[in-house]
Amino acid sequence: MSPASVFVCLSLTLLSDYPVIRVKPDNSGVVTDGVKHSMNPFCEIAVEEAVKLKEKKFIKEVVAVSCGPTQVTETIRTALAMGCDRGIHVEVSGKDYEAMGPLQIAKIFAALAKKEEASLVILGKQAIDDDCNQTGQMTAALLDWPQGTFASEVTIDGEKVKVVREIDGGLETIKISMPAVLTADLRLNTPRYATLPNIMKAKKKKIANMKPADLGVDMVSRVEVLRVDEPPTRLAGVKVETVDDLVAKLKANGTI
Amino acid sequence: CPSGSLSHPHRGILELCQEPSAELPEMHQMMRQTCRDYADRELGPIAGKLDKEHLFPAQQVRELGAMGVMAIEVPEALGGAGMDYLAYSLAVEEISRGCGSTGCVVSVNNSLYIGPILKFGTQKQKEQWITPFTTGEKVGCFALSEPGNGSDAGAASTLARQEGEEWVLNGTKAWITNSWDASATVIFATTDKSLKHKGISAFLVPMPHPGLSLGKKEDKLGIRATSTANLILEDCRIPLGNMLGSRGSGFKIAMQTLDSGRIGIASQALGIAQAALDCAADYAHKRTAFGAPIGKLQAVQFKLADMAVAVESARLLTWKAAMLKDAKKPFTKEAAMAKLAASEAATFCGHQSIQVLGGMGYVTDMPAERHYRDARITEIYEGTSEIQRLVIAGQLLKEYAS
Repeated sequence: MSPASVFVCLSLTLLSDYPVIRVKPDNSGVVTDGVKHSMNPFCEIAVEEAVKLKEKKFIKEVVAVSCGPTQVTETIRTALAMGCDRGIHVEVSGKDYEAMGPLQIAKIFAALAKKEEASLVILGKQAIDDDCNQTGQMTAALLDWPQGTFASEVTIDGEKVKVVREIDGGLETIKISMPAVLTADLRLNTPRYATLPNIMKAKKKKIANMKPADLGVDMVSRVEVLRVDEPPTRLAGVKVETVDDLVAKLKANGTI
Repeated sequence: CPSGSLSHPHRGILELCQEPSAELPEMHQMMRQTCRDYADRELGPIAGKLDKEHLFPAQQVRELGAMGVMAIEVPEALGGAGMDYLAYSLAVEEISRGCGSTGCVVSVNNSLYIGPILKFGTQKQKEQWITPFTTGEKVGCFALSEPGNGSDAGAASTLARQEGEEWVLNGTKAWITNSWDASATVIFATTDKSLKHKGISAFLVPMPHPGLSLGKKEDKLGIRATSTANLILEDCRIPLGNMLGSRGSGFKIAMQTLDSGRIGIASQALGIAQAALDCAADYAHKRTAFGAPIGKLQAVQFKLADMAVAVESARLLTWKAAMLKDAKKPFTKEAAMAKLAASEAATFCGHQSIQVLGGMGYVTDMPAERHYRDARITEIYEGTSEIQRLVIAGQLLKEYAS
C-alpha cells in the first residue's frame, strides 16, 4: 500500500543574506519589522523531496503546512507553486507568535499529522534564524513515530523508508517504518524554481485555515528568553614570524 | 492581500501607485520572484563569461524554457505559461537584470518570433511553429531589417515570387538577433512591388534550410552572448502554407509585432538599468573616500537619485503599456513611450554607474562596463529612439486633431 499523503512543514525565516540583523535596543530579541522574510532554505529542500517522491509515484498527495501570521501564506503558495497539492495555514499571531518555539510548532504538526492521517512528515532540519534543530525530533516524539533526521538521501521501499543521514562521523544508513518523520539536510536535493505554469496552477489550489485551538494545542511556552546580545566584536589577531613564536604565545596565554 | 486574479481586468495604475506595499497581484509577485531567483543564482555569476567569450546561453535558455519563460503569453494548450503581458514584462526585466543578453534572447523569442504567429497564424501553424519553441530547446528570430533599410521598413527589397506550390525567396536580411542559434524565422518579403508597403508579406522559414545561409557573426559592442548576422536567401523555397497571415499584410504584421516587442525591449532596458543602479548603489556604501562611504557625498547621491527616478518612471510607463495591451486597449503610443524612456534610462544609468565607480567602473572586474555596453543597443533596435519619437508624436497629433 503506497503512502497516501505527505506533510511538508514549512518555516518562514529571516532572509539569510540580509546584510544587517540588529538586536532590539531592549535586548529582548532581534528586529524583524521591515526585514525581508522567505521560506527557510531547508524547508525548500523538504518541499522538493516531497514533490519528487510524488512525481516518482511513491506518494499520492503533498500537503504544505505552516504556522504563523498571514505572511506565512506566501510561503505556502510558493510550496504550492513548486508542486504541493494543497496547503494548511495554522494562524498564530501577536504575542503567541513571538513566544512560539519548536515545542508549540511540533505539537501543532503532530496534531495535524494525526488528524489528516499523514504517512510521512518532512521538515527542514532547522530554521536558519534560530538554528534550533528540534521541531522534527519533537514532532516524531509526540507522535511516537520513527525519525530519519539530517537526511541526505531518501528511498521508499514498500512500507519502509531508507534514510542516509549526515552525521559527524560520515554517513549513516537506517531503515525506518512508516508513518515516520524526516528532516532534510543540505545535500538531499537542489530545490526547483517554481515554473510559471505551476505558479498559475497554484492559484487554484486550496489553503485551509485553522487555529491552534482547533487542534487542541496550547501555545503556552515553557521557555523564557532572558536576553539577546550581539556576538562580541572580533579582536584583531597577532602575526608571528615562526612556529616557535606561535607555540610560545599559545603557552603564554594559557591555551596550551 | 490583493485578490490578484489574472482573469480580472488589471487594477488601474493609480491603485498600484497608492498601495506600495501591495504592489503587484500575488501571482505576478511570485513569478517575478522566481525569475529574480533564477537570474541571481544562474545568470549573474556567468554573465561576465558569456559576454567575454560571446557564448550563447543554451543551457540557461533550456532551463528558462522548462520554467515557461520562453513562451509566457502562449496558452497552456500550445505549451506556454498562459500568462499576460505584464507578467512577460516582469520576467524579461528580471532575466535582463541578471544577464542583458539572455534577456534579449527571451524577448526576441516571445515577442518577435512567437508573437506574430500567435496573433496571425492558423491553428496548424501555431502547433507547428510555436509549440516546439516553448521549451527552450529551439528559439526563433525575426527578419525585417535589410542592409538597405532599417527604419525604412516599408522599402523591403527581399522578394518572394510564387512558383507552383512554392514561394521562392531572394534577398538579404541584416542585423538578425538569434540568427546563428535559431531554428526558424519570421521573415518579411515583397510579394507585390507595385503596392509598395502594402505589397509585403510575412513568411515562416525553418532553419537551417536549403537556400538560406547565414552571414558572419557581427562583433558587437554589447549583448555579445547573442548572435547577430545577415540572413541570405538565394532561391529559398518554402511551401505555400508557410505564408503567415494574408498576402500583403506583412507590413501591418511587422508594425503590430514591434508594438508589443517594444514592451519587451523596454523591459530588457529596465533590467539593465536596474542592474547598473544596483551596482552603483552597492559601491556607494562600500567605497570610502574623504573619510566616509562615498554615498555620503551629495554628488553621488544626486546621481543615484536621478538614476532611480529614470528607472522607476520608465518602469511605470512599461507596466502601463503592458496593462493596456492586456486590457485589449490601444497601446501603440504608450509602448513607444516606454521603449524610449527605458532605453534612455538604461544608457543614462549605465553611464552614471561607471562614473560612480570611477576607475573600477572602467574595468571588467566590475559589471558596470558591461551594463554600459549592453544598454546601448536598446536605443537602436526594435525602432530607434528617433522612430519612437515619430510614433509618439503621430499618436499625439491624432488625439489633438479636430
